[in-house]
Amino acid sequence: MASTVTNQQAAASPGSAATVTSAVVGAQAESLGGDNQWPLWEVFTQSEQGAPHEHAGSLHAVDAEQALQNARDVYARRGGVISLWVIPSGAITASAPGESGPFFDPGADKAYRHPQFYKVPRGVRGV
Amino acid sequence: MTAPAPSVVPVPAPRPKALFEYLQRLGDDRLILGHRLSEWCGHGPILEEDIALANVALDLLGQATIFLRMAGEVEGQGRDEDALAYFREAVEFRNCQLVELPKGDFAFTIARQFLFDVYDVVLLDALTKSTNAELAAIAAKSLKEARYHVRHSGEWMLKLGDGTEESHRRVQTALDTLWRFTGELFAADQIDAELAASGVAPDLAALKPQWESLVRDVLDRATLTTPNDVPRLPNAKGGRSGAHTEHLGHLLAEMQIVARSHPGATW
Repeated sequence: MASTVTNQQAAASPGSAATVTSAVVGAQAESLGGDNQWPLWEVFTQSEQGAPHEHAGSLHAVDAEQALQNARDVYARRGGVISLWVIPSGAITASAPGESGPFFDPGADKAYRHPQFYKVPRGVRGV
Repeated sequence: MTAPAPSVVPVPAPRPKALFEYLQRLGDDRLILGHRLSEWCGHGPILEEDIALANVALDLLGQATIFLRMAGEVEGQGRDEDALAYFREAVEFRNCQLVELPKGDFAFTIARQFLFDVYDVVLLDALTKSTNAELAAIAAKSLKEARYHVRHSGEWMLKLGDGTEESHRRVQTALDTLWRFTGELFAADQIDAELAASGVAPDLAALKPQWESLVRDVLDRATLTTPNDVPRLPNAKGGRSGAHTEHLGHLLAEMQIVARSHPGATW
């Protein structure tokens, strides 16, 4: 029975697990502009050994164990998943839409940045 | 649990009638509890939990289908799982009373689920060693699902018990109400004795200490008080012999209405 998260929270704080949980929930609710939702988590699923974990979506949960269980139920219930990651949405640092010009445009008009730009001489092996 | 003693004399298989009874018990527990859980569909406290409860309900329904199909085959009267699910009366159902109680509030649903899930894991684990190969295979498949169910309900017991004052009060109240229905889970009758003697089913009484220690472990961590056992009368009647609470009839009325109004309908 997995309860490590709840126990860690209880151990790390003089208050009960619930105190910690509601503090987290409260802080999150504030950052969501008074919305009383639980914290948001991003879910990544892996479909086969060696394949990358890909973003599947997001969900709400009070802690990591619950996020993992919810991810299992929401994103893995119809099979095709062998591994799950859950990450607090707040832990993601994203590029700003306003910066997309300096960030991404320079790569758009330089064909020589792509391998296809270069012709492979006949007879070259192992490319 | 008592493993079937290795002996030179082959253990006699149980009478089909006894095996039929036993398979109905396994199937009906899951059918009725699955139906109770499905009542949360669209009413869960949050979307994710709504889906989680529906998932567990579907697992239980799937297991019920398999157990009842096997029951119909053993009976040999041409009844399939649908005939057993939709065309038996309340007195013919063999589920324990624990699973038929109304869903109550979320704490009640979780507490009942937790008590059953632990029982389910302990029972299915024992059934994987059944001398009936088909039953052992079904148990092995169902056990994987049950292990997840208990992880889910166990985690909720910790959160509710060690949560707010209100969640603690609600889940403790639920436990206190539910506890007297747990005795039936381990009360063996003639059918259980016959099945245990042939190694098809485990000795129920021997499963109880295992169940109790797993339950207590979580309740302690959840800061909940384990209620005292309510002594059971030796001849107490229960769901296994068709004696049900008033709630089962209402549940069946809803569950069976479509199948009975349109017999043989398909879509």
